[in-house]
Amino acid sequence: MTTATATIPHGVHHHGPEKGLMRWIKTTNHKDIGSLYMWFAFAMLLIGGALAMGIRAELLQPGMQLMEPQFFNQLTTMHGLIMVFGAIMPAFVGLGNWLIPMMIGAPDMALPRMNNWSFWILPFAGGILLSTFFMEGGAPAFGWTFYAPLSTTFAPDSTDFFIFAVHLLGFSSIMGAINIIATVLNMRAPEMKLMDMPLFVWTWLITSFLLIGAMPVLAGVVTMMLTDRNFGTAFFDATGGGDPVMFQHIFWFFGHPEVYIMILPAFGITSHIIPTFARKPLFGYSSMVYATASIAFLSYIVWAHHMFLTGMPVAGGLYFMYATMLIAVPTGVKVFNWVATMWRGSMTFEAPMLWTLSFVFLFTIGGFSGLMLGIAPADIQYHDTYFVVAHFHYVLVTGALWAIIAATLYWLPKWTGKMYNESLAKIHFWWAVISVNILFFPQHFLGLAGMPRRIPDYSLQFADFNLISSIGGFAFGASFFLLTYIVVDCIRNGKPVSARPWKGAKGLEWTLDAKAPYHSFNTPPSRALIEAESQHSA
Amino acid sequence: MKRLTTLTSALVALVSTNVFAEYGLNMTEGVTSVSRNIYDLHMMVFWVCVVIAVVVFGTMFYSIFAHRQSKGHQAANFHESTKVELLWTTIPILILVSMAIPASKALIDLEDTSKADMTIKITAHQWKWQYDYPKENISFISNLAQSSKDSIKGDKKPEHYLLEVDNRLVLPVDTSIRFLVTSNDVIHNWWVPDFGVKQDANPGFINDAWAKIDKIGTYRGQCAELCGKDHGFMPIVVDVVSKEDYAKWVAKQQSAQAAVAASANKIWSKSELMAKGESVYNTNCAACHQKNGLGLPPVFPPVKDSKIVNGPASEHIKIVLHGKAAMPAFKILNDVDLAAVITYERVAFENTGSIVQPADVKSAR
Repeated sequence: MTTATATIPHGVHHHGPEKGLMRWIKTTNHKDIGSLYMWFAFAMLLIGGALAMGIRAELLQPGMQLMEPQFFNQLTTMHGLIMVFGAIMPAFVGLGNWLIPMMIGAPDMALPRMNNWSFWILPFAGGILLSTFFMEGGAPAFGWTFYAPLSTTFAPDSTDFFIFAVHLLGFSSIMGAINIIATVLNMRAPEMKLMDMPLFVWTWLITSFLLIGAMPVLAGVVTMMLTDRNFGTAFFDATGGGDPVMFQHIFWFFGHPEVYIMILPAFGITSHIIPTFARKPLFGYSSMVYATASIAFLSYIVWAHHMFLTGMPVAGGLYFMYATMLIAVPTGVKVFNWVATMWRGSMTFEAPMLWTLSFVFLFTIGGFSGLMLGIAPADIQYHDTYFVVAHFHYVLVTGALWAIIAATLYWLPKWTGKMYNESLAKIHFWWAVISVNILFFPQHFLGLAGMPRRIPDYSLQFADFNLISSIGGFAFGASFFLLTYIVVDCIRNGKPVSARPWKGAKGLEWTLDAKAPYHSFNTPPSRALIEAESQHSA
Repeated sequence: MKRLTTLTSALVALVSTNVFAEYGLNMTEGVTSVSRNIYDLHMMVFWVCVVIAVVVFGTMFYSIFAHRQSKGHQAANFHESTKVELLWTTIPILILVSMAIPASKALIDLEDTSKADMTIKITAHQWKWQYDYPKENISFISNLAQSSKDSIKGDKKPEHYLLEVDNRLVLPVDTSIRFLVTSNDVIHNWWVPDFGVKQDANPGFINDAWAKIDKIGTYRGQCAELCGKDHGFMPIVVDVVSKEDYAKWVAKQQSAQAAVAASANKIWSKSELMAKGESVYNTNCAACHQKNGLGLPPVFPPVKDSKIVNGPASEHIKIVLHGKAAMPAFKILNDVDLAAVITYERVAFENTGSIVQPADVKSAR
């Protein structure tokens, strides 16, 4: 593609952004849209976090103190939905928008108007979802997995609004994914081969294919719910010839790829930050690409390991157990490669590196519990207990969210041209990493000792660990005030930085001005520059 | 060196499974061959993970400690090795295969329900369990115990808070029991950790599981699939008794059920119906319609001043028997209980409905 060099007819990029509020509403600029995504995700993270505080407050001690059980179920449901669809996914799309054009030597995204639309759907979808709290009968209360028939025949009226919101979120994600695929394949600097691409670009490209495959399935399942609820069909109702277990098959056919949608970009981020602060090229670049692709492929064929107790035949149980265990192999390769990148490096421990190292450590713990959960017979005792809750919070909070925070701090100097306050960022890191473990580690013990998940009240033997977990939860929740301050303080008062604030950093984005220009690359980078900035060049 | 060994053995003792079990840190070993298989598998995988963690994290932390700029360490430049990549792809595969073999054996074993001596049918309802002994012709419903219900908002919790029921499931020891699990409304899950039995109860389908319990005792569990408002309040309590005691219990249950059936033929007085009706109401109806009859509108309408309750008895009986929208069908209750609870609803809460006799319910079925 040579369009990047062609003169832009109206010379729009010379003018820079429009002034005022309309800039944000009308913008087609990948950086503006990336920022919108990030701020939206952050707002949703705080809302979802506030719901989690409500959950931990009720679970602080046995007995119902603060709310009715039905409201507790609304909190767990909305917490899950908002964190998955409102916080983690938009944050990664925001990072992709900001970083991908800069990393592949492009001026902007391939489909800028669609980019605007795919963002601006989100606040409406999120608004509709949150508005269900104020409806008669309350918000959805059937868990973020919304198993039928609890979510069809037995659900509150607001469920139809939930279905509409999920459809909108799905549109937005699919458009975002199409845009990223189109950008990576068409807007890449002509001299950049696929195997030259930085890993964040690779992981997002693969994630986009997961999104395109998975989100329509989600749309399908909520549409079937909609017709079951309102138009007399019986997809999930045995009395009409349907099957409630079929709901779970369709849901998890979306749901398992979804899990990797939320973690593959995090792997990419980690593969940027570790080489920078170890001052060594990434170990095993090509095996990282192949491992990511294998994980993506496997993610499509393991869905029923969420359903070992639905009455699955032995052959099914065996197959899904083997396929699930297999995921440990490429995931292991990634962890080994990261450790090998550190090995005999010259490491420093700035905040992004601290977040990334703790990501490798804590995500791997989540991986171990995931391996244990994959053992079908053992899953009998783990299934739907707090062991599962601990597992997926280790991979999503100290996994996905950790990588998002690491990426934010790592690229914030490029986005703003300014440096955040390093000592505050270190304090925030230690505060968060200690409290998050107080919050989630005891939940392993609760689950093994037999506490089911999604219960608003528990018997007395679970009281101690719930108390500890809640205290950790409040401390962890409070740490986000400091994170907000650190980011805002950087934007307003940060010290100006050079174009490459991290000495060991490689990548085309660091060849741009200290504060990246409104349009990234007006002339594509040369082969020599691409090779010099490649992750796997010596 | 000797000190080191003492220290190590003390550490091993500390993390040994017994200590875990006492403090409720680890999975229960349970009282069936299935639960013990699961436990062994769990510990095996756990220790494999520990060993891998020690190796990987050990390397990582050594590197973090030794290869740092502040110590003047110069960065090497290697970044590729196909040999190493192959090595750390192959070794995990071998470890996984060695885990998959015992896991497959355990899975095949626990799925085999052909060797059962007796069958229990478990039907889940929002939010209680119904137990049927098809051969013995016994059937009853098991609800959260009143002592737990009364202390949900209070400070004083009874022993086994939320893990006590009004009618316990009673099973004989050393007998292969097949559980047939199904549901009447949404998906529930019947879980008793000590048996290693956790099975989804799907509406319209029947799943099975089996257990041969080695030890007499009382075992507790809970519903393990989100099933609506009172998901956290539908526990399971099983009394496992000797075979002789089990035979006695069966005889006693059968005569009690015969007595209930007989009493359905007599005419009950209003005060008898009201007394029985109140306890049936508090057990079965109060979760939604509330103890004071005011309900939780708009989802759960009040009983007080209700048109149905103050109207003709036949409509009222029909709704209780067959359900309506979110209201489940209560035909699982016997005629006496139904007559009593319907009478209670029609007379209590300042309502002005007529009383209902067991015979009325019987003819309406």
